[in-house]
Amino acid sequence: MATADFEPRIIGFLCNWCSYAGADLAGVARLQYPPNVRIIRVMCSGRVDPQFVFKALAEGADGVLVAGCHPGDCHYADGNYKTMRRFHLMKKVLAQLGVEEERVRLEWISAAEANLFARIMQEFTEELRRLGPFKPGRKLAAGGEG
Amino acid sequence: MGKLKIASYWAAACGGCDVAILDIHEKIVDVANIADIVFWPVATDFKEKDVEGYPDGYIDVTLFHGAIRNSENEHYAQLLRRKSKVLVAFGSCSMMGGIPGLANFKSRDGILSRVYLESPSTQNREGVLPQTRVEVPEGELELPYFYEDVKTLADVVDVDYFMPGCPPAPHQIWAVLQVIASGNLPPKGAVVGASDKSLCDECPRVKTEKKVKKFYRPHEIIPDPEKCLLEQGIVCMGPVTRGGCGAQCTRANMPCRGCYGPLDGVVDQGAKFVSTLASIVDADTPEEAEEIIGKIVDPAGTFYRFGLPGSLLRRARNA
Amino acid sequence: MASGKAMDAVWGVEPTPTAIKLRRLFYSGAHFLHSHIAHFYALAAPDFVMGPDADPAVRNVLGVIGKVGLEIGGQVIKARAYAQQIQTMLGGKATHPSWMLPGGVSKGLTEEERKEIEEMAKFEVEFAKFTLKLFEDVVLKNRAYMDLILSDGYRLVTNYMGLVDENNRVDFYDGKVRVVDTEGKELYKYAPREYLDYVAEHVEPYSYLKYPYLKKLGWQGFVEGPGTSIYTAAPLGRLNAADGMKTPLAQEAYEKFYDTLGGKPVHNVLAAHWARVIELMQAAEELYELATDPEITSPDIRNIPTYTPKEGVAIIEAPRGTLTHHYITDENGIVQQANLIVGTTNNNAPISMAIKKAAMMVIKPGLEIDHGLLNIVEMAFRAYDPCLSCATHAILGEVPLTVNVYDAEGNLVKSLSRR
Ligand code: SF4
Ligand code: SF4
Ligand code: SF4
Ligand code: FES
Repeated sequence: MATADFEPRIIGFLCNWCSYAGADLAGVARLQYPPNVRIIRVMCSGRVDPQFVFKALAEGADGVLVAGCHPGDCHYADGNYKTMRRFHLMKKVLAQLGVEEERVRLEWISAAEANLFARIMQEFTEELRRLGPFKPGRKLAAGGEG
Repeated sequence: MGKLKIASYWAAACGGCDVAILDIHEKIVDVANIADIVFWPVATDFKEKDVEGYPDGYIDVTLFHGAIRNSENEHYAQLLRRKSKVLVAFGSCSMMGGIPGLANFKSRDGILSRVYLESPSTQNREGVLPQTRVEVPEGELELPYFYEDVKTLADVVDVDYFMPGCPPAPHQIWAVLQVIASGNLPPKGAVVGASDKSLCDECPRVKTEKKVKKFYRPHEIIPDPEKCLLEQGIVCMGPVTRGGCGAQCTRANMPCRGCYGPLDGVVDQGAKFVSTLASIVDADTPEEAEEIIGKIVDPAGTFYRFGLPGSLLRRARNA
Repeated sequence: MASGKAMDAVWGVEPTPTAIKLRRLFYSGAHFLHSHIAHFYALAAPDFVMGPDADPAVRNVLGVIGKVGLEIGGQVIKARAYAQQIQTMLGGKATHPSWMLPGGVSKGLTEEERKEIEEMAKFEVEFAKFTLKLFEDVVLKNRAYMDLILSDGYRLVTNYMGLVDENNRVDFYDGKVRVVDTEGKELYKYAPREYLDYVAEHVEPYSYLKYPYLKKLGWQGFVEGPGTSIYTAAPLGRLNAADGMKTPLAQEAYEKFYDTLGGKPVHNVLAAHWARVIELMQAAEELYELATDPEITSPDIRNIPTYTPKEGVAIIEAPRGTLTHHYITDENGIVQQANLIVGTTNNNAPISMAIKKAAMMVIKPGLEIDHGLLNIVEMAFRAYDPCLSCATHAILGEVPLTVNVYDAEGNLVKSLSRR
């Protein structure tokens, strides 16, 4: 499935206060990371409705990154805790819907962590390259387990 | 204006939607006074030939229930679309895929193999599978083609209105029939026979603050009959489900399973419910949250019980 | 109801006595009433009341109401409405109630509700009496119909199956499955969990619906007569497989049934309609009995399961035949494998054979074949069931039935299609 020249499409939902700033810094510092991510700035990771993630996947993303402030640092006090709980349940649902676990990531990236952002993007892109393009509708139990 | 011509058809349905239409009881006689039933397989004797003989647009309203599971279902969807001025996706199956749509967790081959080869009561040493064409001494027999995925009615034809419910509540059916008779039709694409608020809005249970330390499945706990079930840790889809049924299940002491589908503006009922549930989990640490959420077994099967084929990630695709 | 009972088995939990009574009231009483009323008046009565060759436009339930009069029509609607109301009262909704739980039910009855049900049950008993009488007046006293019922074309000799209580009386909710042979002698009596020893399903390439048969006798093809492995379920199957009914008026009717039709077992396909009305009587009487049971309003309606779930089988009588649910689950009780043999499926082979026989009876050389004759063929189908959609996706009333008539040389003389 995976091909060497497959360029995964990644949607990144980054919170304004930490992760977006971190990504911005990575850009300013001209750090090298793959250009596969399209960034959507949100005010807080807590603002990322699971429907956004589902929609991104349904409409052609091969992977989705949700990134917010480190625990304790959320601008809105507990937005990222909410994200964490939601994320856990969302992953369970996605797995049942045939979405490989590796396609959706949650990361904490502070405004200063430009290097971390670049490294995560590097890793994520490679991982998705290995997995190949996302095709909605993959069924878990192929035959006979029905 | 002459009498209305109405029709009803079942595709991949259980018959419950037909029963629900009968459940308007004595008003069925009123319906007979204002409308001629020109096609209704369960109760009248008109056949496909009769429908084919009708001019296009001859039927004023068709209530189409059941999902699209095979080529015959799709054939009827197209035929009735052509012959009807107004086509209503009637019931959860037709609107969102319904219970038959849960089959979309599995592949066609897997289902056929399970049913015809592996089920413990099946004796099929030669590995016979149903075929769309079979030669027998008397001629050729045909069967509809069983699709890979269950589809909604709107996946195969243009639909005018959507009426949720598994089955739709009889009082809502009567209300919709009256609207049809009055000729004051809502804008195309509208959800009819339901409210635009959530089920919680019409649920009589007392709501306070939703904070849950532990989830229970309905058989594990005897709930307080007055209090909100979700607050008692029972997974109730009321907050993300369209009202209109009269909170039938929560009145019977059971959680809402979501059969009236998503509210306006929600594209994916299951994804929406993920955030609702997560936001009421009362945990101090990630580990605790994980443990609490771990009690929700089979979340996808629960959150998409009636709407898997209409969901964002399991929509039937022709690709 | 079957899935709920299978969940009792999966979790190894017994429902409380009141829960069982409530389930019976809901199911053996109200549900059977609703279903049998709908089947008899909407599917069978049009043929008998309007006549088999009436215009399709009136050969339906509204035509029947037009003919028997609005007042009686109103009673039919009311009787069915009550049955649905009772189910709604308990289960929240009449169709797909979410009310069954392993170990019991989610909601009990208040004394007020009970009183209401008692009144409705009285009405249902009177209504069932009326329906039995209607059947006698319209059908039994009509020579032409009796000839039709007794004709060879509507006779199919098979084994019979039905659930019975400890006294071998017809029971819709619980008990053992009893199978009798073509002579009416008991062949087997098995508990639900043993079903795989007795029933197997055959596959044909031209049908999505499988063909169950008696496993120990082996699949012998579509043959009738002594020794066949084909069996019939649903009302005729239940009456033939039992020694009697559970309630007095139904028992009376049961005896009359066999006296009139020449003893047990009855092999006349159309007699299923009569059997159905006798069952209607039992459902009404049972409803009344339960509605006046002092234990029915007890709040003790749930046992909470304590075992780890694993595997379970349950069998009930659906209005349309013996219904088997078999689940294997994970330790959370989430179903991993399911096997269902649903009501109508049991009758798949008998239905096919009955249609063929009826067709052979009416299609004779030199006889013009019209839609009235074709309806006579369809009547063989309607004796069984309106519920094929559950079992496959074929459609009754919309049976894509095509009768091709060939002459002795195999040339197609005429093709009549009901599509
Ligand atoms: S919506 Fe529910 S009641 Fe209607 S056909 Fe589907 S499963 Fe049956
Ligand atoms: S019980 Fe369910 S529907 Fe009723 S208020 Fe609570 S969450 Fe909403
Ligand atoms: S309470 Fe929920 S599941 Fe029950 S009928 Fe209403 S919408 Fe459907
Ligand atoms: S503001 Fe960054 S996670 Fe809330």
